Amino acid sequence: MKLKVNQQERSYDGDPQMPLMWYLRDELALTGTKFGCGAGLCGACTVHLDGKAVRSCVTVMKDVSDHAVTTIEGLSADGNHPVQKAWRAANVPQCGYCQCGQIMNAAGLLAENKSPSDEDILAAMSGNICRCGCYQRIFSAIKSAAKEA
Amino acid sequence: MKTTQHTAYIENVSRRNLLKGMVGTGGLVLAAQFVPGIAAAAYKTGAGGMPGGAVWDPHVFVSIAPDGIVTIVTHRSEMGTGSRTSLPMVVADEMEADWSKVRIIQAEGNEQKYGNQDTDGSRSIRHFTQPMRACGAAARQMLEHAAALTWGVSDTECRAENHKVIHTPTGKSLGYGELAAAASTLKTPAESTLTLKDPSQFRYIGKGEVQITDLRDITTGKAMYAQDIHVPDMKYAVVARPPVVLGQVKTFDEAAAMKVPGVIKVVKIPATPMPAKFAPLGGVAVIANSTWAAIKGREALKVTWDDGPNKTYNSDTYKAKMQAQARKPGKVERNEGDVDKALAGAAKVVEHEYYIPHGVHVPMEPPAATVQIKDGKAEVWACVQSPGGTRGDVAKTLGLKEEDVKVNVTLLGGGFGRKSKCDFALEAAILSKSMGGAPVKVVWTREDDIHHSFYHSVSYQHVTAGLDKNNKVVAWRHRSVSPSLMSNFMPDPKRESALELGLGLIDTPFDVPNLRLETGEAVAQTRIGWFRSVNNIPHAFAMQSMVAELAAELGKDPKDFLLEMIGPARIVDPRKTVSSELWNYGDPWDTYPVDTAPAVSSSALPRKPAGVANCPKAMASASRFNAAS
Repeated sequence: MKLKVNQQERSYDGDPQMPLMWYLRDELALTGTKFGCGAGLCGACTVHLDGKAVRSCVTVMKDVSDHAVTTIEGLSADGNHPVQKAWRAANVPQCGYCQCGQIMNAAGLLAENKSPSDEDILAAMSGNICRCGCYQRIFSAIKSAAKEA
Repeated sequence: MKTTQHTAYIENVSRRNLLKGMVGTGGLVLAAQFVPGIAAAAYKTGAGGMPGGAVWDPHVFVSIAPDGIVTIVTHRSEMGTGSRTSLPMVVADEMEADWSKVRIIQAEGNEQKYGNQDTDGSRSIRHFTQPMRACGAAARQMLEHAAALTWGVSDTECRAENHKVIHTPTGKSLGYGELAAAASTLKTPAESTLTLKDPSQFRYIGKGEVQITDLRDITTGKAMYAQDIHVPDMKYAVVARPPVVLGQVKTFDEAAAMKVPGVIKVVKIPATPMPAKFAPLGGVAVIANSTWAAIKGREALKVTWDDGPNKTYNSDTYKAKMQAQARKPGKVERNEGDVDKALAGAAKVVEHEYYIPHGVHVPMEPPAATVQIKDGKAEVWACVQSPGGTRGDVAKTLGLKEEDVKVNVTLLGGGFGRKSKCDFALEAAILSKSMGGAPVKVVWTREDDIHHSFYHSVSYQHVTAGLDKNNKVVAWRHRSVSPSLMSNFMPDPKRESALELGLGLIDTPFDVPNLRLETGEAVAQTRIGWFRSVNNIPHAFAMQSMVAELAAELGKDPKDFLLEMIGPARIVDPRKTVSSELWNYGDPWDTYPVDTAPAVSSSALPRKPAGVANCPKAMASASRFNAAS
């Protein structure tokens, strides 16, 4: 099967049931996509599939055939996507482990909804867990990214 | 810190040990000799009592390249508290380094060289602010002296400022990069000659303007955690562990697992009897070409278990046993006045019980470690809070000398005490050895993390208060029942140890004339681990809840009633009324007494960490500085 990862053509002939997350992490060494739970419960593995945020730990390879995947490494050429910039301006991260997933989920939200309400933000982000408790800063970073975008 | 003059003593530690751990760090000026010692200063801490103590020598922590880039070693593990940034920031501030020209590198596990690296107990800032200030001050004074020698002037005419040394009378200056070579010939100044900055001169400390050093990497996916490690030719492993603590593998059949594409080998990990410290408790590992193949291999593996001595363990039954213990007199741990008499004569007696079930740390990053063994030397990449201890334990597991084990500390995706236990690195060491030394990454899945952690201690607390006819609390009896984390290290003491009691029970700050604290028996049947605030959580939960319930019963405001219970601002000194030793966070009493006064100034650095019962009034008053990190 073929797929695109961060604009690059890839081919894959392994277990079609393997989660996309392990393909990205183990085969492509794109480790910005984090392993947190493997069950779609924490959001650390969030990537974009054809522009929409999905949990790569519960998205299997056969379902991404002929689709385009974007990881945190491909979110922007220079690491300066408005969400990434807002994240740094707001000093969001602590341990940082969940943050790629948070950023990918937030970028997915803003791609669909340029000016989300507070409720939209909370609803979209509620599946992304941060064990350090950076939620208030995550929220304010998304608000400021929405303003800038 | 009140004084700019550093008054200090030097405590010798083994020079040989320091030298043994010495590795040159590139363009460093200062790599020729060591000043062994523990930085002591305006206030004493327990840092010197920890393994490795405190080291402040800039030879160990600071290097300067000819282009002026200053590299500062950070020796504590980063798990989200920011200490990887804040301690180097303290060095940079004292040495007048320009933060934009500072680079940070993570120390390997080596406590002989760097001092204590056990990143737990909220100690990083509390214990290492002073040594890091001494380190920065020493580097600054060496650079000033190097400039004085270069110009042939007196030291007093030279002052360091923002990455250069200025000759005050003429205004000429030399950058730190230009001075690096000259400074390389200098000895580290004696600690007694160091002059610390006045806090008003701080550039970075307390300003809140420095961003964490990994900020950009974290937001671009480049930050490396142990789960992210890739080593050439690395294999991946997951382990089927005994479903019951101290259970053992009875039989296993690897045939189906070996048929899973990508599976390379199935390896039995031997069991370890208690007290096992951090040793793996055994199991069957599946080693494969990818994490997914290892996971599928483990699913296909057929294992039968002997569930061992804890096979009937049931948390409901255990709770009932703890409750029975809590409802009868226990071992008296602290006793003031006569609680029995006061309760018998009380106008009203109120009793409540509080239970906290097992909990698990659940760091966002499940544990992971990679080990490779080559030419009799092991290299480890792991998300450990205890790099020094990990080095020792890996060496012991593999039968190597400590100096033949290199522990690379990755970022930690959360720690919370779970990653103080290096069992996952020891599994990786055993499995690498089974593969002839090939690099093996052990991945803990989330299910592994929940099933096989060192659980937060389950606890049962029984509190009885006696009130007089004026509704004043005249008697307080608190019984705490909880299995001990010491069961990892010694024959099970079957009740909370001095360390655990010191976490928010033995230092109960209430101003009540008749007070008795007791413990009941609880046998550890799971692996008990320390966790955020450790036993402060069950103790404070019970105490604070009881106070709130009393307030509700009396129709009083809970905050006002809590303050009434705590009484006047004072030092609470239970040292004479405790049955055994008073564990005071390993810190000296004079620096860190149990103090009920609210702190008013953020410059009061020596403060206890954020344990709830530690800072009793912090619960009720708004402004308490805490130096936890």
